[in-house]
Amino acid sequence: MTILIDRTRERAPTTGPVSVAERQREKARPKGLYKARTPIYPKLVHGPWRWLKWALLIVMLAIYYITPWIRWDRPGALPDQAVLVDFAGGRFYFFMIQLWPQEVYFITGLLVMAALALFLVTALFGRLWCGYACPQTVWTDLYIHIERLFEGDRNARMRLDAAPLSFDKLWRKVGKHLVWIGIAFGTGGAWIFYFHDAPDLIRTFWVGTAPMTAYVSCAILTFTTYVFAGHMREQVCTYMCPWPRIQGAMLDDQSFQVTYRYDRGEPRGPHKKTETWTGRGDCVDCSQCVVACPMGIDIRKGAQLECINCGLCIDACDEIMDRVERPRGLIAYDTDAAVAARCEGRKPQHRLIRPRTLYYAGALLLVSGLMIQGFRTRETIGVHALRDRNPAYVQLQDGAVRNGYTLKLANHGFETAAVRIRYVGVPGAVLTDPGHPGSGPLVVDLAPNVVTSLRLFVTVPAAAADARAGEAGEDDDDAGQDASFQIISGDDIKVVRTAFDYGSHDR
Amino acid sequence: MSDRERDDHTGIETTGHEWDGIKELDNPLPRWWLWIFYGCIAFAVGYWILMPAWPGLHGYTPGVLKQSARADVVKELKALQIQRGQGEAMLASASLQQIEADPAMQAHALAIGQSVFGDNCASCHGAGGGGAKGYPNLRDDVWLWGGSLEEIEHTLRVGVRSGHADTRMSQMPAFGRDGLLQGAQIADLTEYVVSLSGRPADPAAVARATPLFADNCAACHMPTGVGSREFGAPNLTDREWLNASDRASITSQIQNGRNGVMPTWESRFSPGVIKALAVYIHVNAGGGEPSVAKVETPAP
Ligand code: SF4
Ligand code: SF4
Repeated sequence: MTILIDRTRERAPTTGPVSVAERQREKARPKGLYKARTPIYPKLVHGPWRWLKWALLIVMLAIYYITPWIRWDRPGALPDQAVLVDFAGGRFYFFMIQLWPQEVYFITGLLVMAALALFLVTALFGRLWCGYACPQTVWTDLYIHIERLFEGDRNARMRLDAAPLSFDKLWRKVGKHLVWIGIAFGTGGAWIFYFHDAPDLIRTFWVGTAPMTAYVSCAILTFTTYVFAGHMREQVCTYMCPWPRIQGAMLDDQSFQVTYRYDRGEPRGPHKKTETWTGRGDCVDCSQCVVACPMGIDIRKGAQLECINCGLCIDACDEIMDRVERPRGLIAYDTDAAVAARCEGRKPQHRLIRPRTLYYAGALLLVSGLMIQGFRTRETIGVHALRDRNPAYVQLQDGAVRNGYTLKLANHGFETAAVRIRYVGVPGAVLTDPGHPGSGPLVVDLAPNVVTSLRLFVTVPAAAADARAGEAGEDDDDAGQDASFQIISGDDIKVVRTAFDYGSHDR
Repeated sequence: MSDRERDDHTGIETTGHEWDGIKELDNPLPRWWLWIFYGCIAFAVGYWILMPAWPGLHGYTPGVLKQSARADVVKELKALQIQRGQGEAMLASASLQQIEADPAMQAHALAIGQSVFGDNCASCHGAGGGGAKGYPNLRDDVWLWGGSLEEIEHTLRVGVRSGHADTRMSQMPAFGRDGLLQGAQIADLTEYVVSLSGRPADPAAVARATPLFADNCAACHMPTGVGSREFGAPNLTDREWLNASDRASITSQIQNGRNGVMPTWESRFSPGVIKALAVYIHVNAGGGEPSVAKVETPAP
């Protein structure tokens, strides 16, 4: 159960300054048909969480930009790109793995695993994904940083926005937008490399001979990156993303979230160096946590839909705590239950192992187990046997009965595979293959990465067919007999079940 | 609307709706949402102008771009024909054996053959080529005019009793209708034909019909009854029957001498398509004769 503490009402009459964000929000209250975006000017903070965000920003961007350029040697005409989504060829290449369209369930499985991992992390630590790894957060963070380089930190930016147009304002604004657009273009440009051979595409892209889809995708991603990360920012998270709404179902009062330790902070108010700390809370109402927040919220009002758990308010507040010489951690990753416990004077207990975390972890383990098993037993050669239905059987002039089959052999590997094909289960049956004349065992070379289609015929000589007809009797309309193809490659024997149809064998 | 209720927690007006004690706040839409909405309206107006949109009494407004799905289809069909022409030209320049032996060309030929067969041949020979009474089964190993790739192609080109200058021509006389043989003789011949395929028949009738067969039938069906490809005469000693194997059907055939007809396809299809069709029929008939058997090894 989540304990809802309505901290706004219990708040002491505000003596300190009303936060800028709040004032602006008040100004933007409903007057017209629409609501303008309230500008947010996040202030740069310093501290371990900010440091972690820098590190992850670099790692995430590096993964995104470098991955398409990793080469992976594959034989023949197969692409030498380690990660490639080849829509035209209907293949997905991922290092030593090659997926065919009928194997997209592996990708589905990966997505299910990602979702379960997200649930688990959210149940344990709230919206960590949103705060540190979500592309929207990463690119917005990068864009805000660019903004700071051109326009300075919070106060300078606010002043600049309020100032009349001047040359100084103009070049800062234009420069910022140009760099933004450059990054957006780099983002859209890197995306398309995942779908084509990167070195080839980067050349054809500039000479104008790349596929239309490449230009269109690049344009769309450039546009969305520029708009989402540059202009809409937290609005994407608050209005467009479904996750903030869903996460409520993952969280409970034991989930670690960025929490204002109400028990310790209240009653809040300005504090002079000479005053005592007894009888009051640690919060000096400096609003640093509010101005640092990229979502423009006041964490002291408790857990909110908008909060992405990025921890920047923690760093901001810790700086203040250091300055006023109080212990750090007035805002920290903590649980509602712990806050409630301390309010009641109990010792807080953290329970990471709870029914819901166990469910999520169990489901995650189950799905990963299935995936591993699926990959281990994944067939390198996929076979389908299609039996001719029209006609299902043919009687030859000497009384022999012949059935036709189409064998589809998909070589999922990267090398040509020689397979031997046998037909078993029907006594006396003879396998013939009009495409590969010659006698002896039927051996076929399967080219890698394609489906080889074989027309095969199985003939049961007259004597055997007659004997079968005698056995089957007259009222037996199911004249089929179980049979199977054996596809032998090395030590591996793959059995594909089918049937042999004797039909209304004519004596 | 000044009397609208305000939510005291947020200070925002409510819509007046309430569900289970939960009131809906009348929050304004975000501006970007509104812009997208206006953008959609602008797009719709542009679309009306550019594309066919308004129905009228005499058709619809064509739009500035004069877009027409019908014209697109015609254009695409033309392009497709050109593209197919290349494939057909490739088949036309290869030999039948080459087409069948090369997996890529074979696949191409089978694809063309299947669609052409379905449209043109299936009405008589059945969708799968299994034939019917009076219409040869193209899946088995019985060939009136020969089952090699070349013979199949030849039959496709000239047809049977088709009016083509070189048409294949077999002629089974109507022995009864034209008064060439008497009813009793036809009855005896029927027994003889039954005996040829190894089935029990009246020995006396067979003995009586022996000279009759030699005089009237052996020229085409050969003295032993094995038939002849030269005349398109069916083999009477096997188990496969073009019409039917029962006595009444055999008698009827001797009496009336029915002959089938197959059109010539030379005037209708390009040589490439005819080759594709020949390969399609040959492959589906098990590769024709003699088929070289793959020795089936027993399971280990
Ligand atoms: S309240 Fe704190 S953790 Fe939440 S989004 Fe704002 S800065 Fe990040
Ligand atoms: S930064 Fe810390 S001290 Fe300052 S207002 Fe926020 S919670 Fe209070």
